[in-house]
Amino acid sequence: MNVIDKIEREQLKSDVPDFGPGDTVKVHTRVIESGKERIQIYQGIVLSRHGIGVNQAFTVRKISNSEGVERVFPIHSPKVAKVEVVQKGKVRRAKLNYLRGRIGKQAMQVKQSKKAKDA
Amino acid sequence: MSIGIIGKKVGMTRIYTDKGVAIPVTVIDVADNVLLQEKTLEKDGYRGVQVGYDDQKEARVNRPAMGHFKKHGSETPKREVREFRLADGEATPETHPGIDTFEEGQWVDVIGTTKGKGFQGTVKRYKFAGQPASHGSMMHRRPGSIGCRLTPGRVWKNQKMPGRQGNYNRTVQNLQIVAKRPDDNVLLISGAVPGARGGYVVIRPAKKKNAPAAK
Repeated sequence: MNVIDKIEREQLKSDVPDFGPGDTVKVHTRVIESGKERIQIYQGIVLSRHGIGVNQAFTVRKISNSEGVERVFPIHSPKVAKVEVVQKGKVRRAKLNYLRGRIGKQAMQVKQSKKAKDA
Repeated sequence: MSIGIIGKKVGMTRIYTDKGVAIPVTVIDVADNVLLQEKTLEKDGYRGVQVGYDDQKEARVNRPAMGHFKKHGSETPKREVREFRLADGEATPETHPGIDTFEEGQWVDVIGTTKGKGFQGTVKRYKFAGQPASHGSMMHRRPGSIGCRLTPGRVWKNQKMPGRQGNYNRTVQNLQIVAKRPDDNVLLISGAVPGARGGYVVIRPAKKKNAPAAK
């Protein structure tokens, strides 16, 4: 096996949940403040997943104080402690960049997936 | 000066530290470095060792070269043979320490041959700005004026002009050994290293940053 594949595979997390664009997620990030580590939660809609293997990352958008905020998290970084799926969304494309132009209530609304609705 | 190691660039990837910092690293294969000839003060006027790396078919080397490899204890011929100088009073190693030449966290210099770009114009080669592309301009990527008139009546030396770019020998100083993987015989070195994948590189202890880094 290729050495680079091997090095990268060792760093992959095994407990990454299945999520994709349109899902609302809570990202638990490790923050070090004045020597102490604590968990900070960032919640928003996943706009896209990009990259492959150890380089894979995802973009999460939320509206904070009526200002759009986007953060990109590398999935396999130790700083991302956990990803929690709050709600499954039903979308028809891989990149939800059209959400950026939306204002007000619409900005954070994506259709719920059928499974989630029934449940 | 001390002994270094010859390797082959495998490619690049990233390593996450425990703190979550992603370090870009170059993976360098350093398997089976062997010591060949020893250069002595009496015979050669300086002290050093010859190191060989990467096996090669016997049919691909001529007999004198094969004799040289056999004489110094290498059954197979090597593709890459380099020399490392030894400092005064430094003991001559009996065998090549291989991957243990360096410790994790140590600073190193990496020498390699950059990717060849062929014959390139001044825009790519020297970052000339270029001129307008359209509105009747026919000067888009041309170098422009290369000098004056009757005085000096010639083109100055070192005037930047189109020509061959790349395929140079280059040294990158002060890179750090991020990790060693003895099982795979590879070193992970921070940052980029000259050359394409599969190219040979020489790794030596850093000339200008010798103290092992505090981890």
